[in-house]
Parts: sequence; structure tokens; C-alpha cells
Amino acid sequence: MNTVSVTFTINGEKETRQVRTDMTLLKFIRETLLLTGTKEGCGEGECGACTVIMNGKAVHSCMVLAAEIDGADIQTVESLAGSGELDKLQLKFMEHGAVQCGFCTPGMLMTAKALLNSNPNPTKAQIKEAIAGNLCRCTGYKQIIAAIQDSSRGGRK
Amino acid sequence: MKNSVGKRAQRVDGLAKVTGCAKFVADLMPGGALCAKILHSPHPHAEIVSIDTTAAEKLPGVKAVICGRDYPLHTGLYHVDQYMFAMEKVRYVGEPVAAVAALDEKTAAQAIDLIKVRYRKLKPNFDPIHGMKKSAPLIHPNLHKYFHVSAINPVPHTNIANHFKIRKGDPDSAFKKSFCIIENRFHVPQIQHVPMETHGAIALAEQTGRITVWSSCQSPFTVRYLMANCFKREIGDIRVIAPYVGGGFGCKAGINIEPITVALALKCPGRHVKLILTREEEMYTVVVRQACHIRIKSGVDRTGRILAQENEYIWDCGAYAGYGVNIVRAAGYSICGAYNIDNLKGDSIGVYTNRPVGSAFRGFGMSEIHWAIEQQMDILAHELGIDPVEFRHINALKPGSHNATGELVTVNTGNIHKCLDQVAADLGWGKKLPKYRALGIALAQKAPAMPNNATSSAVVKFNENGGVELLFSGMEIGQGVMTAMAQICAETLEIPLEKVTVVGLPDTDYSPYEWQTVASRLTFSCGNAVKKAAEDAICQMKIISAGIFKVRADDVVYKNGVFSHKNKSIELVQICMGYQFTDGHTVGGAIVGRGHFTAEGCINCDPDTGYSPKPVANWTFGAQGVDLSVCPETGRITIHKVSCTYDVGKVINPLTIEGQAYGGIVQGMGAGIMEQLIVDEQTGMVKNPSLVDYKIPTALDMPEEMTASFVETAQLDGPFGARGVGEHTMIPTPAAIANAVYHATGVRIMDLPVTPEKILSGMHGLDFDSKDSNAKPEQPVSRSKKKRGRPPLYAKKWDRVKR
Repeated sequence: MNTVSVTFTINGEKETRQVRTDMTLLKFIRETLLLTGTKEGCGEGECGACTVIMNGKAVHSCMVLAAEIDGADIQTVESLAGSGELDKLQLKFMEHGAVQCGFCTPGMLMTAKALLNSNPNPTKAQIKEAIAGNLCRCTGYKQIIAAIQDSSRGGRK
Repeated sequence: MKNSVGKRAQRVDGLAKVTGCAKFVADLMPGGALCAKILHSPHPHAEIVSIDTTAAEKLPGVKAVICGRDYPLHTGLYHVDQYMFAMEKVRYVGEPVAAVAALDEKTAAQAIDLIKVRYRKLKPNFDPIHGMKKSAPLIHPNLHKYFHVSAINPVPHTNIANHFKIRKGDPDSAFKKSFCIIENRFHVPQIQHVPMETHGAIALAEQTGRITVWSSCQSPFTVRYLMANCFKREIGDIRVIAPYVGGGFGCKAGINIEPITVALALKCPGRHVKLILTREEEMYTVVVRQACHIRIKSGVDRTGRILAQENEYIWDCGAYAGYGVNIVRAAGYSICGAYNIDNLKGDSIGVYTNRPVGSAFRGFGMSEIHWAIEQQMDILAHELGIDPVEFRHINALKPGSHNATGELVTVNTGNIHKCLDQVAADLGWGKKLPKYRALGIALAQKAPAMPNNATSSAVVKFNENGGVELLFSGMEIGQGVMTAMAQICAETLEIPLEKVTVVGLPDTDYSPYEWQTVASRLTFSCGNAVKKAAEDAICQMKIISAGIFKVRADDVVYKNGVFSHKNKSIELVQICMGYQFTDGHTVGGAIVGRGHFTAEGCINCDPDTGYSPKPVANWTFGAQGVDLSVCPETGRITIHKVSCTYDVGKVINPLTIEGQAYGGIVQGMGAGIMEQLIVDEQTGMVKNPSLVDYKIPTALDMPEEMTASFVETAQLDGPFGARGVGEHTMIPTPAAIANAVYHATGVRIMDLPVTPEKILSGMHGLDFDSKDSNAKPEQPVSRSKKKRGRPPLYAKKWDRVKR
């Protein structure tokens, strides 16, 4: 079984680990780092439930190999309230009813976070475009979009 | 402090879900858990000649290999027709044939490949209409031997798993008196639930004989009960724990993969066996929504009143119908939708085929039959030149009407006319719209399809600070039951909502009983149980207060957390753990309130006529309207607005009910314009078992605008007047879309989904832009048959000309 050593930052902490070359980042996050907030919905890059932020960009962690993360900065849903306070997105998701079963929520939050980091004041169309790769079967997206809009710089307080 | 019910409260499970703390089954990782994999049938219909597991068993790392001969046991909820693993034969592609448990996923997958199964192919049948014929291959030759509940009527030595009949009035004579008779056929394909979380279960069998299962399920108590039957155990030997469920929509109702994990666990005692389905397995190996072939023949008078109707639903149950037979029944007692028709002949027939297994899906048959009913109503309205809203007002149920089973509609049943008017107003019904843009409307009705003895229970236990832990076993599958129950509890106890802690994720060892989380029944049924549990607690404390006040319990008043009689009063917090007098002696003790609820007076339908004065606990009615445009070049639909109104009796939480409405609309839109599970009729294989090939709506597909509003005609036996609505929100969407597409283009699509291809083909067939009035539709978009020698509806252009 081939392994490689990777050094990376996960939710603000630097770590070095030996990882199997055939292991996905999703599996590594969930089963090795035991950060189970990140979900597997399809394992084929189609549903977005496994979205994490890698070097500032939202990625499907099932489509990235753990061996690729050497030198990378990874943020998972657990990082959002890492400081002890909830992120504005988390508060707005609750306030707007953007959460139902909650399975897509971590991935949706990370996509939204990456969007707002790069574009603090997105239009409704830009929000829809950004979350188009994150499937949600419960909400019909309306309240998710409202929550993201409300979290943006131009959103109401 | 009566301000909890009706409050826009945030979800009590929201924090766990936005932080990633909420644990789903796959997130549970017990040390040393074995990985399970299933071997699925590659054939739609074949005899199993032999199964050789020797090589798989010898593979290092494999701990258990099992197949049908190890556990020749049947499971099923309403109709016990399915083996845990296929025995004599396989009946659909994807049917479990064997399973393994191994140290890791790779080894389990290798072991699966080493199992050798020899099949002898049998002739498959994928068409339920053919399946009803004598010449069709019998898929279940032992149908007559299966156990089924009394409300189900299988026909022995056929492929018919259930036949529900409605015979009301005298349709033959009424058809003869009709001014116009219109008959149409419709089709609904199989679709998939696509919960974001696939099915998962973990089982542990201990040497003590105790079996514990962690399952992503909608019905932990039903799983426990069916498992005890299946494995011939005492119910107490089995414990089912249900963590958060990542979407159910019906596919996690009843019992699914749990017995497979238990069967494997029994072979390796002391070790957890974990089975998480892949997305591909989820798409067709567990359950899907049933397909349905529909025929409706209606006779109307000149004023637009429906005099007589025949509704025939031939359901494609797929290979097994343990749950599907009850959808057949539900479609039977709801046969003509929300309409008042005195002369009715209804047949709802469930037929086995060699397709994937049909089962519960949000709406439980109602979305399927409303696809046809609500288009038929529009067709009738057009034929008579009556506005579709007006036509529905003429014919929809109202107080004094009798529904299909003969049940009397009263002022408390729910007001569909108000819903209809609200939706029409929201959409601006009648307004002038540009070419290729139009409105469509559809009604919905649904009752909770549950056995008449389905029961709920709840426990309210007080803590030292006058707050409570609320226990119940309705599953939080996203619909917001935890929050609604907390609100009902706080409202009844007259304490702040923050004082209620919901212990809502059931463990059958500790949680009070709940039949199942299905049928939009929890707000009503579990809500009543919670309300009664809170009332029971208050009653207990009134009795203790009465002793302290030295009066009768009836004379004690409880209000806003205080028990009082005249000028004497005791606060709730002083009494909920026992009241201590100044000298130290104490009366009473820790208060635990308990409540249960079972709908009263529900009577099974007569097997010959369908008659029942009360077939179900209640009905929820609603209406939905769509404003859309069709691109004449591409056939592509743009949905500008969807408005819905439901009579829910009482809105417990505006925030979560709106979420149900928007989510239901978009799921209904998916079923309406995108979704269809495609089975190759040569091989029986599902051709689109992935999210690449089976599209569900994304944020880019959603309607530009959605509105939801609610009518509150109190349900007399509902908690605070409430009735269910979770499923209803997706029922009318596909038909409303199809009606709008017809108004926009003149193309009537009877075969769900409404795709651009079908619209374009219909438009070209109608040849709108040429002067050739003899053009005929190329696509079989309509098979309208009418009396009185009028031309087929869809070759006409009058609708567009009128505009």
C-alpha cells in the first residue's frame, strides 16, 4: 500500500500525516481526522455535500486525493464556529430556515463562505450560480439564498 | 405564556446542523466496525440455480458471507412478500442476493466478486397492464400464501397485489344523462427520492442475544417490530437507535436494509457491521416511487357539473409491494381528488412487475393521481368553455358534499375554495400575458395513509428549574417535527419555549412509542400526544396543589406557570419536583406527564364498494398555481412564479411550514419537468442511476418566485386545530405546470415529465405558425376520446385563437 507524507493546515492547525495515495480528501477528513461534519452524498463530485474550502476555493473533497493537499490550507464546517462564536452564515441559515434535514448544510455553508470571501456582496444570480453544485432535496433553495444574501456585506443586519 | 404556537421559532436542531455536530449514521464510527457490501441481482427475473460462497468465505479479512438459504425469512409492512435475500428467484435488477462483512471496504468488494451465482433466466414483464393478463408471467406464484393486513385485497394466482374498488351511485345512468363525456389516459413514471443521505445502518449482535441497530430510518419502532418478526425474536431483544436522518421523503419508511446488517452481525457477534449504500445503490436497489397508468372518463352536464366519473389507476408496484399496496389503497379512497362526484366507479390496482420496488414517496400516491385528475378537470373546463378556477369551484368538495367513500364533508373538514381563490389572486388569474406565457392551477387533497390503529405517545419530564425534557419518537427528517413538538409542549404548559428541551432522536429502549414518521401525520398525531402529555403533567400538579390549598383539584387554576386558588398560589417550579413546606416535609415529587393519541373512529373501507363513513383521520386541502413561459424554439420552460395555499388548520411555525411549502414546490417541479427513472426493457437495468444522468433541481432550476400562504379552518381533533401538510406541497405542482404549458402552447402532455422535447414535438405537431389546420400531433400527447363527433381536443387551436 503506497503512502505519502503530507503537511497541511486543517481549520487553522498545521499537521503532518502519512496518507494512502488512493485515499480521497473526503475519506481522510472523515475517517482519519474524524471531522464528520463534512458529508458524503455521492462520492462522485455531483452533489456538493462534501464541499470544503481548499486554499480559499470551495472544492468537492471527494474529487481531491488526500495526497494532493501537501502545503494546502483546508477549512471544513467545523472551522466556522472555531473561534467559539458562530459565523454570520450559520446564524443566518438558522434565522431564515435554510436548514431542514441538515445533510447538505455543511457543504452549502462552505460554498457560501468561499463565495462571500471572494465576493462579499454577491447578487442573487451569483449566489445561485455559486451553489448550483450543492444539491438540496429539502428546502427548494429559497431560504438558503435568502440566508446567504443576508450574510453578505450588503445584506440587512 | 401562550405565545409558542404560531411563533416564527428557529429550529431546535438548527445549531447541531450548522456546526456539523449533528450525527448521521455514517458519522458513527464504532471501533473495529466491519464493512458490509451487497451482491445484487443482474437479472430482472431469473431462477437462482445455485449460489457458491466458498471462495468469498476463504478470502482473508472476510468475516461473514450470507445469502437467502441462511435466512429464509420474509419481511414486509402491509404485505409480507419479500425475502431478506432473494430465495427461489430474483425479481428485479438490484435485488439483494447475498452480502458480506469484511475488515474493510476493498476486501468486502473483492468478496462480493467471488460469490458465484448461477441463474436461469425467466421472461420478465415491465408493463403492469400486460401483467394483469392471464398470459403474463407470474412474478409471485405464492401470492396466495403471503400474510397481509386486512385492508389489502390481493388477487391469488395473478400479479395483482391489491385491488381497491370504489362503487358509488350509478355511473352508467349518469353517463347516459351527460352532455359531454371525455376520457383520457395519463402516465406517471417511476422516480427516485434522492435523499442527500443514502440509506445506512449499523448492527451489533451480542452474545447475550441482544441486537442493536443504528439506522437512518423514518420508523425506528416499526423497524424493531418487523425485525423481531423476521428474526423470530422477542421485541425486547432488539433495540433500534435512530440518529439524524438526511432526508427521507418516504424511502426510509417501513423497513429497508436493516435486516441485512443484522443477518451479518449475527454471524460475527460482538462486532459492529456497517452498511452505507452508494449513490448508485440508492437509485434503484432499495425503493423508488411507483409508476402509474391512469384512465379517467368523466361525464359533465351543460353547467359544468361532473355527473359521473370512472377513475382507473394501474400501479406498477415493481417487484415487491410490501409498502406499495397501501399506496394503492390510499389512491383508492382518494380516487377522484378533492371533488364532489355522486356517481363514481374507481379501481386502484397494484400490479407486480420486474422493475425496482415501488414504495412510499412524499404524497403517497396523491402526486401521481393528481397529475391526471387535475389535468382532466382543466380539459373538461376548456371543453365546456368554463374558466378552470370556476370549474373547480363548481365541483370541489364543500360542506354537505360526500367524498368518494361517502364520508360527509363539514365546515371543519378544510376549505378548498378559499385556497383556490387565494392562489388565483396571488397569480393574478385572468391577467393578460405575453404569447407563450400562461398560468396553470391545480388542487390537492391528501389524508394520512396509516392503519386505523397507528398510535403516537409522548413523555414530558420536568427538571429542577421548571423546564422539561420532551420525549417522543417522531423522526426529525428535516420537516421540523422537533421544533413543532417543542412549541406545542411550551404552549400547553404555558412556559417559555426555551424551557423545553427536545429529546427527539429515538432509541426504542428509552423513547415513547411512535408508529412511523410518514403520511404528514406527526403534527396531528404526535402533536396531540405531546399536548396530552403536557396536560397530564398539569393535571398531576393541580391535584398536588389542591392538597396544599385544601380544595378540590377542579378548583385550582393554572395559568402562565402558576397554580392558584383565590389568593393562594404556587409557582410551577416549586411543585414540579415535589412541594416542600417550610418545616421541610414534602408532598408530590418529580412530575412525568404522559400522553398518547390514536385517531378516533376510522373505519376500514368496504372491500366491494369502498364505502366508509370515516376512512381516514383527516384531510388537508390546498391549491397551487404556476406562472410560466415556454420558449417556442427550444421548448424550455421558465417558471416565473409558483403560489400555494393550504388549509392546515393552524400554523404551528410559519418559518418551518414555509420551508415545507418551498421544498415541496421544488421537489414537485423536479417530478414535473425533470425526473424519470429509465429502465431498459431488454435488460431490466436502470439506465440513469447517478446524479449525472438523473437530474434533480439545483438552485439554478428553481422558480423565480415562490409564495406560500395558509388558511386556518381548525381541525376539531387537531392540536390547536392543526393538520398535516408536509407532503401536500408537492402534490399539485406537476399538474399545475402541465395545465400552464397547455395554456401557453396548446400542447397537452399526459405523460410525465413535461420535457422540452414533448412540448416541441407537440407544438410542431399542432403546427401553430402555419395555416394548415389539418396538422396532427406527432407525439401521443393525447388520446382523448369524446362523444358527439367533435374533433380531438389537441388538434384544435381555439385556445390560442381565444387569446
